[in-house]
Amino acid sequence: MRLFSVRRAGIAVLAAAPLLLAQPGDRLTVGKPEPVTGKRNASVQVKLPMTVQKGFHVNSNKPREEYLIPLKLTWTSTGALQAGAIDYPPPEVQKFEFAEMPLSIYSGSFDVVAHFKVAPNASAGPGAASGKLRYQACNDRACFAPKTLDVTVVYQIE
Amino acid sequence: MRLSTLLTTALLTGTFLAGCAKKPQQPLAARKAAPDFVLKDAAGKQVHLSDYRGKVVLLDFWATWCGPCRIEIPWFTQMEQQKKDKGFAVLGVSMDDDGWKAVNPFVAEMKINYRVLLGNDDVAKNYGGLDALPTTFLIDRDGKIAAVHVGLASRKDFEESVDDLLSAPAGGSGKISLPAFVFGGR
Repeated sequence: MRLFSVRRAGIAVLAAAPLLLAQPGDRLTVGKPEPVTGKRNASVQVKLPMTVQKGFHVNSNKPREEYLIPLKLTWTSTGALQAGAIDYPPPEVQKFEFAEMPLSIYSGSFDVVAHFKVAPNASAGPGAASGKLRYQACNDRACFAPKTLDVTVVYQIE
Repeated sequence: MRLSTLLTTALLTGTFLAGCAKKPQQPLAARKAAPDFVLKDAAGKQVHLSDYRGKVVLLDFWATWCGPCRIEIPWFTQMEQQKKDKGFAVLGVSMDDDGWKAVNPFVAEMKINYRVLLGNDDVAKNYGGLDALPTTFLIDRDGKIAAVHVGLASRKDFEESVDDLLSAPAGGSGKISLPAFVFGGR
């Protein structure tokens, strides 16, 4: 639930801006998210815009085959934020030559939304939540080793 | 020439197998030696690629999470069965980070009948990085790379290429080679 917006003058109490590190050769990159806002006890969300290189796909968070590695965002440290649900978008279902059944995938651009609650006793000031985004990419003829990207959400509690 | 350069050159010139179209093998004079390695099999036994000198080797780098690899592996299992007595061997090198815990159940499930080894970063580096799987090298009797395939290919291409290599005598590249048994080949 969005309670406040930094665009509303003077009432912003928290701004979170995920910083995600992409490495050369990554088939999935995470773009700059839109600012999110909140306050102590507030529920906030961070939208992580992701883009898969053209011609590639990544497995969705719930791949149809057990052997496939799912897209998964996990938080390792959340600071003054309490981690909540992570919403993955509805997947595409696509048939590939290398699989008997259609697969559940993501391609192109999509958003993963992470929900947080600001701790009731959160101290004013900056902070950061850190996490890992694990994914595995393929194209229609080959697959690429699973990769893990570092995810950092920088926030400010005022 | 480094193997990564060789792979890049092969990519640019189309001299490796890809897709459904049959592509030529590397001419004898252009073939480079397959980097030797020592890796362990499921029993813990050390296996050198050079153990297989004198045989035509299909060296398949794969992983359990790789869908296209699962298509090719049954082909290789049949090829091993059909051609092993003609001086042919398949070597599967798994690039799974989870090691034998992931690989052993897969080998049983797929009824793989050829030797499977566990790869590592050093071998990957020596073989051009192995960014994409499957990556399959066809190695001639002299231990030289005759063809490289990155990604899912066609069974027919593999069959024809292996048959071509089996029909060529050892030493065809101008290098004296000894029979496989001299080197302990299987």
